[in-house]
Amino acid sequence: MALTKSEMAERLYEELGLNKREAKEIVELFFQEITDCLVHNEQVKLSGFGNFELRDKRERPGRNPKTGEEIPISARRVVTFRPGQKLKVKVENYEGDERKG
Amino acid sequence: MTKSELIERITERQPHLSSRDVELSIKTILEHMAEALSDGERIEVRGFGSFSLHYRSARQGRNPKTGEAVLLDGKYVPHFKPGKDLRESVNLSISQE
Repeated sequence: MALTKSEMAERLYEELGLNKREAKEIVELFFQEITDCLVHNEQVKLSGFGNFELRDKRERPGRNPKTGEEIPISARRVVTFRPGQKLKVKVENYEGDERKG
Repeated sequence: MTKSELIERITERQPHLSSRDVELSIKTILEHMAEALSDGERIEVRGFGSFSLHYRSARQGRNPKTGEAVLLDGKYVPHFKPGKDLRESVNLSISQE
């Protein structure tokens, strides 16, 4: 079970009274606008939730795990997410299985 | 881009909706996501990525002011894994600069 875009849209329809098409479009635009920013190397700061940041990684030596052959991992740009304080506090006390182990 | 800029950009693209409706929608989406994670539920958005919780074991820490040792409880932290499409399009942008 996982939260998906369709459930997010469903909630906008139920709680805010948007029609189903509008609700779906807003959810799509939400992720689209964030993606567009990141693709333009612009970070996204959603206060309370967290920040999406970009990091440029230099080329580094790697290995094909199957053959053991050495191949360089090319320079790349990656997205990282830094959760905000509010979100961190909200999830830290989740009573998951690993806590018992 | 901040949350208020995100609201502006979406309002520009949805001219039939008031910025108040868009603002409430964005807040509702973010609350829904935070609520799912706090219930230990994953979030999966195809192409964009997934959010889940990672466990951090209890550890011995220190009070930075006094230097006193304190036992820190284990805790869960949010984790984001970018989806294939996001990973590839962000990485393409590096070669276009």
